[in-house]
Amino acid sequence: MKNTDIAAPDYFHKVVDCQWACPAHTPVPEYIRLIAAGRYSDAYMINWRSNVFPGILGRTCDRPCEPACRRVRVEDEPVAICRLKRVAADYKDDITARLPKPAVRKNGKRVALVGAGPSSLTVARDLAPLGYSVTVFDGDSRAGGMIRTQIPKFRLPDSVIDEETGYIIGLGVDFRAGQRIDSMKALLAEGWDAVFVGSGAPRGRDLDLPGRQEAAANIHIGIDWLSSVSFGHVTKIGKRVIVLGGGNTAMDCCRSARRLGGDEVQVVVRSGFDEMKASPWEKEDAQHEGIPIHNYLVPKAFTYDNGKLTGVTFEKVKPELDAKGRRKLVPAGEPDQHFPCDDVLVAVGQENAFPWIERDAGIEFDEWNMPKVDQLTFASTNPKVFFGGDAAFGPKNIIWAVAHGHEAAVSIDKLLNGEDIADRPMPAVQLMSQKMGIHEWSYDNAIELDKRYKVPHRDTVVALKDIKAEVELGFDPKLALAEAGRCLNCDVQTVFSAPLCIECDACVDICPMDCITFTQNGEEAELRTRLTAPANNLSQDLYVQDGLKTGRVMVKDEDVCLHCGLCAERCPTGAWDMQKFLLDVTHAGTSCRPPARSAA
Amino acid sequence: MTYLAKPKFHHPDLPKNDLGYTHRDYEGTVSTLCAGCGHDSITAAIIQACFELSIEPHRVAKISGIGCSSKTPTYFLGNSHGFNSVHGRMPSVLTGANLANRDLIYLGVSGDGDSASIGFGQFAHSLRRAVNMTYIVENNGVYGLTKGQFSATADRGSKSKRGVINTDNSIDLAAMALQLGATFVARSFSGDKQQLVPIIKAAIAHKGASFIDVISPCVAFNNHAGSTKSFDFVREHNEAVSRLDFISSRMPIEIQYDPGTVEIVEQHDGSKIALRKLAADYDLHDRTAAMGFLQHHAAKGQIVTGLLYMDNESDDLHAHLHTVDRPLNELGAKELCPGQTALDKFNAGLR
Repeated sequence: MKNTDIAAPDYFHKVVDCQWACPAHTPVPEYIRLIAAGRYSDAYMINWRSNVFPGILGRTCDRPCEPACRRVRVEDEPVAICRLKRVAADYKDDITARLPKPAVRKNGKRVALVGAGPSSLTVARDLAPLGYSVTVFDGDSRAGGMIRTQIPKFRLPDSVIDEETGYIIGLGVDFRAGQRIDSMKALLAEGWDAVFVGSGAPRGRDLDLPGRQEAAANIHIGIDWLSSVSFGHVTKIGKRVIVLGGGNTAMDCCRSARRLGGDEVQVVVRSGFDEMKASPWEKEDAQHEGIPIHNYLVPKAFTYDNGKLTGVTFEKVKPELDAKGRRKLVPAGEPDQHFPCDDVLVAVGQENAFPWIERDAGIEFDEWNMPKVDQLTFASTNPKVFFGGDAAFGPKNIIWAVAHGHEAAVSIDKLLNGEDIADRPMPAVQLMSQKMGIHEWSYDNAIELDKRYKVPHRDTVVALKDIKAEVELGFDPKLALAEAGRCLNCDVQTVFSAPLCIECDACVDICPMDCITFTQNGEEAELRTRLTAPANNLSQDLYVQDGLKTGRVMVKDEDVCLHCGLCAERCPTGAWDMQKFLLDVTHAGTSCRPPARSAA
Repeated sequence: MTYLAKPKFHHPDLPKNDLGYTHRDYEGTVSTLCAGCGHDSITAAIIQACFELSIEPHRVAKISGIGCSSKTPTYFLGNSHGFNSVHGRMPSVLTGANLANRDLIYLGVSGDGDSASIGFGQFAHSLRRAVNMTYIVENNGVYGLTKGQFSATADRGSKSKRGVINTDNSIDLAAMALQLGATFVARSFSGDKQQLVPIIKAAIAHKGASFIDVISPCVAFNNHAGSTKSFDFVREHNEAVSRLDFISSRMPIEIQYDPGTVEIVEQHDGSKIALRKLAADYDLHDRTAAMGFLQHHAAKGQIVTGLLYMDNESDDLHAHLHTVDRPLNELGAKELCPGQTALDKFNAGLR
């Protein structure tokens, strides 16, 4: 194998599994250390810079970081990264003084943002302090988009949304509440320098089954119903409720129904329980509230009597592998099942809808009726128009929308400075030794064996009585400290210097995970078979360094390294060092543009 | 050293031996020796050897004297019996323990000071008595605990860290062991576990006195230019006579060798050693030739390593003394005082 190039930002970035998995690449271990130190405001600001909505995401994020957490491979359960983020938001001081100030001098460029959801607000956050005149249009009276309308208040209180959307609007953003954009052509005619579309995926899929029209009064589209609940237009539902669908929206629907008079709420999904799209913790929360989830049932018809819904009929299916090895659901050959109910909530997915974008507005659409959007720059075929969030590539989640927003803001900033938007900025990277003394490091390198701590919940009886009562109470500082201690500090990297190594094997002998091997070089596939411990996880890199006196190479399997630093403590020559790798994604602003050439 | 205990987490796919243990289960407490000490590598090699042999930890007694090397039994086999004895007196304590309970596996761990100076006599007598043990000397050529004076195994002409040339002749413990009648003699290097681990395994399987001289660089006081026990010097002057694979009696011989290049030696307990010869003219079973070979290469400044001598018909002290098969410590009053009739019979035999 070739020598590993640790100067390439991606190499060590991948080792920080959580940060690599996060679409916005939030430096997770960095803020977890700050939480452990009780520096909640500092932890909050790191989050705020990177993912814009720490308090919101700390309650609602889909947490791609957690399945990636090294702790899963080492122990079992990941660090509760998401809920630690909430701790930073809950216990911070007033941070308003630390926010960017509204630009004193405007740069004369006008940018229109369609929708006040997470992607648009991210663009606004990145561009407004740079001097852009940013205008956000939204049909609703308050900012937040789907964060506001679709996430039940018992998961995310309005106060948190108000606070964090307020920080952005307060940057001198012109928020046009209640002003829905109905025509892209008309908007473009207003002469904006750039337009960003962050209008989400606002249309809930329907189920066109027998009885759908006849029983329409008691069949509701999930996201529309959630939004009506959110605005207080809907305050009750029938006693017996069936929720169709297995995603997170279905979980929000069933739990909301449970609070609005649904005593017998049941979720029915086509797939198996394990294949449901909903996050495991959301399924858990629903079951905890006494909501059964039935699987392998495909809805066949809505039954009704005198125009009133009486229930849903399902066909029982079973999974089977087809010739190509794909899983398919085939009829199980059992009699159909009928679930009597008073109301049905249909939460079988949502899709984009752009009725307001005229097809001759200079924006090309593809065969699926989606705008053609560049994956990297988020530009449409109209160079002035950008898309982000669910509007760009279909429904994802908040953290993806934030990541899109940052990238689109970079594109807009570059475009309006006359640069090539395809030329993307490199991230800012620091690598700094953490050595303080012979056995002292500026991070806590002792490994805690604690199991994941549970977030305290409000008593279910109390929680079910009030749809606005937040269920999760969040970690208190003591629990937060204990949970933060589980973080392995994967950003503190093991950096090896071959010229200093005397090949004494001390690191090999002390490594608790048997990560390190000194051996003859070879091709990666073959080399992986000769290491001290099996290196079967191909998604994790091998760190290879040559230049040793015996002609061997040092090979370190990054897979389950605990970053405990014992290799460095045991190294007599300092060939191993623990160095903190801090990667910041470059956002819009001067650093995303190549340095201006000197006039001289 | 480090102030941290080694974390309990281990690699999820770590191999397990016949007892269901991983090599981590054979560890002791974390080492307090200097970072990079060769002794820690020997510790790791002992752990690996015991793991691979599927030894039950409670079947091992590890006995040591005084010195850096003699501290190391704390760092391996944390669930075994241990005795950190008096300076140079490991061999007597081990002999006594072995006489009392012949069923245990005895690991004697000592250093060059402990065995070649203050305990030289003890070293000699335990070997010539053929005590069934594995006697490991962690040989770094200096007194590390007293800041690096030459020990008795430091080569004449080698240089101390402070630049002083050693004028005394050195003691070659492996050569001494050969001369004293040890039936398994090897030399290895802490920086070469591929060689060391099979040697330790074979030595543990050997019945009788096994002696292993392991050169173990002292990173603090004897790893400089001019030292003959430094990592660089040993690597440059290492003359390995053989490479060996240890095959326990339970395992079939799976390794394929070119005929003529490998000698298979069977031991008492049915285990086998597959020996790949590196020095063509070397005969593992010729004690006097081995002694000559050592002297010859030492004169050229070379360090001969590998399994140097082995007698596969070896015996041990208990055989010489005709002791009973049952460990003496298990004999009760009934066996030890068989009564007047038995005494009379015994006395009659002496008349």
